[in-house]
Amino acid sequence: MEQSLRYGHPGETISMIRSSDFAIRTRALRKVFGSKVAVRNLTLDVPRGEVFGFLGPNGAGKSTSVKMFLGLVFPTSGDAEILGRPAGDVQARRKVGFLPEHFRFYDWLTPTELLKLHGRLYGISRGDLRQRIPALLDLVGLSPHRDKRLHDFSKGMFQRIGLAQALLNDPDLIFLDEPTSGLDPMGRRMVRDVIKAQRDRGATVLLNSHLLGEIEISCDRVAFIKEGEVVETRALNGQAEEQNTVAIRAGKITAEMLNGLAQLTCSARYEGELLTLTLSATDSLPEVVRHLAGNGADIYEVIPQRLSLEDRFLQIVGSDGGL
Amino acid sequence: MGIWVMAGVTFREAARKRMLWMSLAAGAGFLALFGLGLHFQAKDFVEHRVNPFVRREVSSMMLTMGLYAVDMLAVLMTILTSVDTLSGEIASGTIQAIATKPVPRWQVLLGKWCGFVGMLTAYIAIMVGGLNLLTHFMAGVTSYRLVQGFLLIWMESIVLLSVTFACAAYFSTLTSGILALGLHGLAFVGGWIEQFGAVTQTPRAINVGVVASLLMPSEALWRRAAFEMQSPLANSLHFSPFSILTVPSGAMIIYAGFYLVVALGIAIRRFSQRDL
Repeated sequence: MEQSLRYGHPGETISMIRSSDFAIRTRALRKVFGSKVAVRNLTLDVPRGEVFGFLGPNGAGKSTSVKMFLGLVFPTSGDAEILGRPAGDVQARRKVGFLPEHFRFYDWLTPTELLKLHGRLYGISRGDLRQRIPALLDLVGLSPHRDKRLHDFSKGMFQRIGLAQALLNDPDLIFLDEPTSGLDPMGRRMVRDVIKAQRDRGATVLLNSHLLGEIEISCDRVAFIKEGEVVETRALNGQAEEQNTVAIRAGKITAEMLNGLAQLTCSARYEGELLTLTLSATDSLPEVVRHLAGNGADIYEVIPQRLSLEDRFLQIVGSDGGL
Repeated sequence: MGIWVMAGVTFREAARKRMLWMSLAAGAGFLALFGLGLHFQAKDFVEHRVNPFVRREVSSMMLTMGLYAVDMLAVLMTILTSVDTLSGEIASGTIQAIATKPVPRWQVLLGKWCGFVGMLTAYIAIMVGGLNLLTHFMAGVTSYRLVQGFLLIWMESIVLLSVTFACAAYFSTLTSGILALGLHGLAFVGGWIEQFGAVTQTPRAINVGVVASLLMPSEALWRRAAFEMQSPLANSLHFSPFSILTVPSGAMIIYAGFYLVVALGIAIRRFSQRDL
């Protein structure tokens, strides 16, 4: 388990990291159902303590991948490790929490009974459960419904109790599969707060969601999955992988001026009063502005262009949604 | 630990979903009807001054008929209540929240199995015991070897439970139910062919029955139970429709025990290795 391998974040110095430092580590993971390839070749490293987003179109293999990490689905080939142990290992599961996409459970139970049952399956003592259950019900906003049967619960309430059961064991690694599904705005806010609190206490969270906004707000990094492969991983802290694109609202731009920018930019497009440039380096922007102004252009506005997660998602997936 | 948690929740599920109570209510209705019939029969015996020997034999025959009905109810109860617990939870995704807990899958399955064993044991004990109490107080008759008979009916139910679990580990709820009931139906028909073969002294018909019992030994266990619970005299006279002409041997009971363990083993193995 203590194998070493070379690993590096984008923009970081490559260093020696042990495999047990990863919350999730997969190599060439593949799952085939009959003639359908659900996951083609998934290689992924998620270091401990990170909130990691899993993005991809419907049928990209996200849920199947999560099920393989948890040992619910057995891979056709490849390797997966969770918290330094083989995926599905019973000991590793002691420190794992999981909220399935459509959380369903025995609806004849009350929320308190449900949490008690899951707590017993985790091996948590009755004494500890007596303290944890009311706190968790408070956290997910279900305290007023503690004695109601689950068959009277709405979809959103099911999600809330599902989230509570995923946090019962103070997990080191939490899988949240579409956690905001069916939740109202307050519920979504609660999920974001829970994710933040888990990150603050050092837990790793894998967030599987099709809501790009949720991913953008909550995650440190995101992997784009298409046809069962990681197409790209991207940091969401606003530094590493942004393209150096700026839009400059300016007048009196001439072809000579644009030719003079060839050394400083990768591309330039001038339409109306908007000059869109892709810079060869971020620090070349002042030089570009000096060049334009020095040659007689009128500069009204310089607007940095960030490629949104949605734009990148659509670039990767394609407008057909990958279907 | 995981086994007992799952066994507890399975037993409670049967009680909370009113499955157990409805079955017991239906069982109570059956016992009331049986008691009423027994009452009128006893009254008629007195009015017609029927010979005590005949009274006793007719009451014993009624008891065997009642046990036959209890056996059928136990078979249906076993299959219908347990068939959805595995395949239903796999189909609905309910099992995902359980199977990701630090409990090996074999413990999840064995726990559920133990929960049903507990429920079925209680049901069969109440029904067989209730029937015997009725005939004891109303007609002075009880099953000849009651404990052996009860254990054999119980074993028949547990064999069917294990087969139902094995089917449900592979197939959907509906397919599993059809398969388990179909297998019992096969054994049932095979048992009657064997009985008729014994009456007409047709060895090949008897062999068909034996093969059916090897494929599914549930009916053989009932026939042995009926043999144990009837008096030696009733068994030898062969005038009751429930008289057993070919008695399944001790080897068949051992085989049924082996069959039960193998069926449960198949269920555990498949459930542990399948995608959920």
